[in-house]
Amino acid sequence: MASEATTTQPAAADVKRPKLEVLEREELILNNRSLAWITDRICGIVENRMPLLWWLIFIPSALVAMIGVGGGLTYLVSTGVGVWGNNNSLMWGWPIVNFVFWIGIGHAGTLISAILFLTRQNWRTSINRAAEAMTIFAVCCAGIFPAFHVGRVWMAWFLAPIPNANAIWQNFKSPLLWDVFAVSTYFTVSLIFWYIGMVPDLASIRDRAKNKIRKFAYGVLSLGWRGGNRQWRHYEMAYLLLAALSTPLVLSVHTIVSFDFATSVVPGWHTTIFPPYFVAGAIFGGFAMVLTLMIPVRKLFGLEDLITMKHIDNMAKIIAFTGCLVGYAYLMELFIAWYGQNKFEWAAFAKRTGLGEDDAPYAWAYYCMMTCNVLAPQFFWVKWCRQNLWVVMGVAMLVNIGMWFERFVIIVTTLARMWLPGDWQYYHPSPVDIMTFVGTIGMFLALFMLFLRFLPCINIAEVKWTLLSSNVHRDELEHAKEEAGAQSFEAGGQAIGKKQG
Amino acid sequence: MANIFPRSSNFLPVKIAAFVAVIGATVTLGFTYYGTPKYTRVGYQPDQPVPFSHKIHVGELGMDCRYCHSNVEQSNHSNIPSVETCMNCHENGIKTNSPALAPIRDAYETKESLAWIQIHETADYVYFDHSAHVNSGISCVSCHGRVDEMEKVYHAENHSMGWCLECHRNPEQHLRPIEQVTNLAWTAKDHPGVMVDGELKQLSQEELGQKLKEQWKINPPVSCGGCHR
Repeated sequence: MASEATTTQPAAADVKRPKLEVLEREELILNNRSLAWITDRICGIVENRMPLLWWLIFIPSALVAMIGVGGGLTYLVSTGVGVWGNNNSLMWGWPIVNFVFWIGIGHAGTLISAILFLTRQNWRTSINRAAEAMTIFAVCCAGIFPAFHVGRVWMAWFLAPIPNANAIWQNFKSPLLWDVFAVSTYFTVSLIFWYIGMVPDLASIRDRAKNKIRKFAYGVLSLGWRGGNRQWRHYEMAYLLLAALSTPLVLSVHTIVSFDFATSVVPGWHTTIFPPYFVAGAIFGGFAMVLTLMIPVRKLFGLEDLITMKHIDNMAKIIAFTGCLVGYAYLMELFIAWYGQNKFEWAAFAKRTGLGEDDAPYAWAYYCMMTCNVLAPQFFWVKWCRQNLWVVMGVAMLVNIGMWFERFVIIVTTLARMWLPGDWQYYHPSPVDIMTFVGTIGMFLALFMLFLRFLPCINIAEVKWTLLSSNVHRDELEHAKEEAGAQSFEAGGQAIGKKQG
Repeated sequence: MANIFPRSSNFLPVKIAAFVAVIGATVTLGFTYYGTPKYTRVGYQPDQPVPFSHKIHVGELGMDCRYCHSNVEQSNHSNIPSVETCMNCHENGIKTNSPALAPIRDAYETKESLAWIQIHETADYVYFDHSAHVNSGISCVSCHGRVDEMEKVYHAENHSMGWCLECHRNPEQHLRPIEQVTNLAWTAKDHPGVMVDGELKQLSQEELGQKLKEQWKINPPVSCGGCHR
């Protein structure tokens, strides 16, 4: 066929073959940064003084965490779990809303680190370390709520199947127990994955260390890494296996969190759409949080060449996509409630949305959720919005708020209008509720700031693999393109010359 | 900066792991043995204000438990007898001047209670009813051991929650005819033979217990709410 095609072409003396149009991949590291520049820039964050803005975020966050989480929980433990706003009919209230909110945040980290790794999405390398850190800190914040919600936190070990003199054995039929296993597995695997991925970079910081304390601390953390061929082989295999191990977790953790609701017989909770809806929502909310953190971070530490507009564009597209999935789930839930003709199911949704129902005390929360989660991401269909950092940041903040309201709508509006009208109540969060939640936000930010201060926030080794010069076959490729008389184009349609390495 | 770690630090992780494993195993085993009711409760034998011997009163004289612990069949609480109960015999008959009984005589005269030291103590979050057990064919001996052989009473069983549940799950191991409940020496061997398929048969504890369980429809609670109300 090929020869036939060439013969039908009008023969020109100066052109041996037809001109190829090659669409080049967008570069993930801008301005032809060298290997040394990348190492310097990322290790430099750990080695140099922190900018003033870092202190302005860290100190208030740490104070809020100490007062909110430290003080709030001390008061709660010394007084009793009744200081939260929960009551007999709204037994879950804010603590579980906050738990599901924080657990959801973490999902982007696992998705980026595991699924995008297995599918060879090279753009993950600039953001995976920070996203994994975010996952771990979010799970720490999440874990606080159910642990203290059990009432007597010192009895929380009853959740673990340990043979004991009380002959207490866990109820394996309960999704709440599955949740304990799902979340603790998630935390453990994420932590190991995060740490293993960091070892070569920690060794870089160790090797650059100028004082003994740093040499010692990073020396211990880098586990004797020397960067030999054998070590890299083992490392890469371990990383691949861990990626495969944590891939199911992206789907399983929030699926099981959704089972806390879906396996109950409560109208408004007992729906089969919950698992995919929760997973989509978690990835949606997680990416919004990654953007919320990374846009200021790249500015603060001058990482624009590593975390480029391409990265932000990709994440914005994922938010638009998962936002549509979440919107579909909301509407489908509503449609099935009406179409299913189950009067209890419809009553729950009527009271949630205020459709044909006067008694809808939480309709404001429902429409707040709809606006933030379904309407706000639609801006990302427009390229200009994905390129404007203020718009991206604004939408990400709206999504953060919207995802908290989603959990609020699911938990509070449902429990406030359950089977017995005698139980119907309006939920008021107590000051301790608010303190603990705001405290966890402070804790999350403070931990993230400490992460930026002490650990390499971008995967130095992996980022270097995405450089054009890291491709060992690049010369052959360029040569072949030249032979073929190829003309390179960028995504925007602009013709460019030979790529620089 | 040159490497600051000596070669021996390569083995440090293994050493730390071994150390943690040994400490962990020691703590776990130590706690399992020394920290659980089998050790912390069993054998508790405090000195009482009066050296009352259950061995003499019950084992040798053959008094019934209910002579002194008279509420056990009606109440959730099995009472400690008042000194008046002691004085039924010791006022005008036996050992009226024994120096060991002086605190009893004093308390009788001053109308004050004698401060016996409680040995078997149930936590306040546990609902326990003596009458429910005694009237269902659970003997005193199942929980308190052979008190009739004790010179000085001690904690014989561990009374942990697991121990309660053992019997609640398999009550046939302990059920006996109602009239033998306060007979601490009784075993299933003392039960008269039963006609089974035309043959006189000596039932084992399990067989007898199973029979009684079915006859009386014994169905002990095993859910949380059974005891933690």
